[in-house]
Formats: sequence, C-alpha cells, structure tokens
Amino acid sequence: MKMFRTLLLAAGAALALPTMADAAPRPWMLPSETMFAGTGNEWLTVDAAISSDLFYFDHPGQNWEPVITAPDGSVVEAQNRTVGKLRETFDVPVTAKGSYKIAITNVMVMGSFMLNGERKMLPRGTTPATLATAVPQGATDVQTAQATTRIETFVSAGEPTTTVFKPTGKGLEMVPVTHPNDAVVGEASTFQFLLNGKPAADLDVTAIAGGVRYRQDLKQIDAKTDAQGKVTLTWPDAGMYWVSVSTGGRRGPGSPEGGPGGPGAGAPAPQGGGEGQGTPRPPMGPPQDRATYAMTIEVQG
Amino acid sequence: MQISHTLILTGSAALSATALAAPATAQTLDVTFTLPRLSVAEYHRPYVAIWIEKEGAPARTVSILYDLGKKNNAGTKWLRDVRSWWRASGRSLTLPADGVSGATRPPGTHKLSFTAGKGGMPNLAPGKYTILVEAAREVGGREVVRVPLTVTAAGAKGSATGSAELGAVNVVVSR
Repeated sequence: MKMFRTLLLAAGAALALPTMADAAPRPWMLPSETMFAGTGNEWLTVDAAISSDLFYFDHPGQNWEPVITAPDGSVVEAQNRTVGKLRETFDVPVTAKGSYKIAITNVMVMGSFMLNGERKMLPRGTTPATLATAVPQGATDVQTAQATTRIETFVSAGEPTTTVFKPTGKGLEMVPVTHPNDAVVGEASTFQFLLNGKPAADLDVTAIAGGVRYRQDLKQIDAKTDAQGKVTLTWPDAGMYWVSVSTGGRRGPGSPEGGPGGPGAGAPAPQGGGEGQGTPRPPMGPPQDRATYAMTIEVQG
Repeated sequence: MQISHTLILTGSAALSATALAAPATAQTLDVTFTLPRLSVAEYHRPYVAIWIEKEGAPARTVSILYDLGKKNNAGTKWLRDVRSWWRASGRSLTLPADGVSGATRPPGTHKLSFTAGKGGMPNLAPGKYTILVEAAREVGGREVVRVPLTVTAAGAKGSATGSAELGAVNVVVSR
C-alpha cells in the first residue's frame, strides 16, 4: 500500500493530495481497559499504531504525542511513552473519578508549488510547522491543504462524565449523545460529529470490531451522519470497535460523489498494479482540506 | 445516581422509624441463589451483585459480595469486573456501604434477605421489576441471571437458573 502512495506522488502534479483515506492503514489507539473502579491509584496503558487489520501491529510505530485530558479538564502527562518498531505505547495514571480523553491529533500539509517552471510536490510529512522550510526560495503558486487526523479513546473511573467532550472547533470531532463508555451489545449508541465546529452532515461512518484476523467477514458496519451530524450504531457483539469518519469518501467501493480525495483521487493509478478502476479522474482542482476522525470504544457484553 | 442514593438513605431513616413502629408490615425481599461447586484448578469465590431494575428508574443495588477484608479497601478495584452491575449501578456507589456490602460466599445455596428501607433496599410499589444476580469469578467466568417479577399488594415470586457461574435463583417479595 505504501508503494501506491509513493507512486502517486511520483505521478506528480496530477494528484494534489496523497491518498490518505484509501491507501493509508488505519490509525488507532487501544486502551488496556475502559472501566476503572475509581480507587484513585489505577493505571491505564495504551497502544497506538497504524495497521491494516484491527487491532494488530503490522506497520512501523508512529511517534505520536498523546494529549490526555482528565475529568476536570486538566492535561495529564503520559508516562513511559515509547515508540517501538510496530507500535507506540504509554501509561496514564487514573487518579480522578470521571471520564478521561486520550487524543492524538496530526496535521499534515499537502500541496505543491512551481519552481523553475516545474510543479513540485511538498515532501511527505510536511506539517504546518515545517511548511516554511519545505517551500524553497523562489517558489510560486504555492497550493496547500491540510489533512487533520484525530484519533481518540475514552476511559471512565466510576461514573462517566462529559467534561472532556468540549469541541475545539478544528477538524472532525465527536460529541457524544451516548457516552462512548456506555456502549452495550444489542443497544444503540448515538454520536454527533462536528467539522470545524459545525454539524458534519452526510459523512460515511464505519465501525469495525477488533479481531479481524480471526474472521473471514470484516463485519463492517456502515452508516451515514444525518443533517445534525448524528449517527446511530447498534452493536452486534461485545468487544473493542474502531469507529471512523472521514471527509471526502473513505475506503470502500462506490461512493459515487467523489470530491477531493474521493474515488477519483483515491483509486490507485493503473501503474499501481491491479486495482485500476478505469474511472476517469476528475480534473484537478486546488487541493482541499480533509479531516479524519477515528475512535476506539469498548462495547460491553 | 448519587442523589437518588442519598434519598434512599434518607428514606431509610424514615422507613426504619415506621418499621420500628410496625415491624410486621415491612416488605422483605428474599433472594436465594446457588453458587455451583466447580472443578477447576484455581478457584476463587465469585463477586456477586444483586440489584433491582425497573423501567424508567435508576437501578438499585441491594447487595454486592466482594473481598471486603482487604487492606485499604483494595477489593473494590475488581468490582468493575462484575461488568453488567458495574454499569447499571455499581459505578455510582461509594463502597463499602452499610447493609449492601458483604463478604464473598463459598459454593452452595445462600439466602439473603432485604427489608424495605434498610441498606439499599427500596420499597417496591406494585409494578414490573427485574431482579438481577451477577457472579464474576477471578480467572473464571461471569454470568447474569435475570428474574422478572410482577409485584402486587400480595407480594411476588420468581425464579430463573444460570448455566455456568450461577445455579438456581429464587426471589420472593413478601410483606
């Protein structure tokens, strides 16, 4: 998959955006548990990784900076943070009662510029902080877009609380109608998604249970956000679920309305090998911002 | 939940007074449950929770049996492994609680009796209830048994049977 992306980039200016949604593995965190007694001296440990299958470590470990919000809104320092070959891991002291949010937010800048009559792509891994140095002197017609990826998970000590869900108004965010630590097999959970602080309507939502390796059917649950950005999911089994929302057509064949980062941009180019869909690529427009949100929640059995 | 719990306690004071005045009229709930004797290499007595659910009302814990004797209340750390109860009610309680917390029991048949207005036991007005018993065993399994109950002025009776961690559960409400 990685190869596709490289090829796409090499394919040059025709594609203003790398294909995060389609080619990228899934980013996630996996908490050691989500329900704590609230004794005041408990520990949570979290694995964070990107992978093709949930929840297995099969891609290089990522150096992500987790931001942990305590029930009172204060920020808790992650401890023993280690980036391994296949995963990142860190510990969180659970000392207060209520719900904690563990979040990792990444902002990547994609785009291109003209230099000496040639269109050049911004290097992979460019961030808002490195953008200034990534664009050389003399470059003109700089076109950029941001891809914001937010991954989150939640744990509660004692009764769940809702203070950590205050949206920041940036990128895609989840505001619970059903608390994510209150998901139960056979019951429905409703979540609201916001894009830059406004209801994110008509976005595809997918939910996939962990343990993919040991079943033949992915058992992906597909849903769409309504006009208020809300989606309701009913859990068929207990376990850890990865719930993902993305602007601009995420994985899966046949999201008809394309758009930036949609099937047109997302389909591997024919030379990517075997997966060419023969869909004519829409004419290139300026790069557009995109946002991805993924949370891991435990469905109680 | 905290508020309703406080209310129960307040109510209990009032009801206890009534009970003292007229003990014969106090409603009682008897729950008889069997913990099967299991042939396993490592056996620990299960944590057992008994609670009452009624549609539209918060769940009421009447009993939680756990490692009460541990230093520094350390037994509470594993209460959340009684997972259904934890979510329904346990996580909103402060334990130990008088008349609610108890020590774990060995395999066998046990009868616990609760009096309305004492401990966590509310007065059950006529209506439909579910009495739930959940057993969770360290390095073992977990099981919830639900006993649907229609309480009338005359009382109520119900029973159900578990298949792994719990045997027969019999419930009697009488006055």
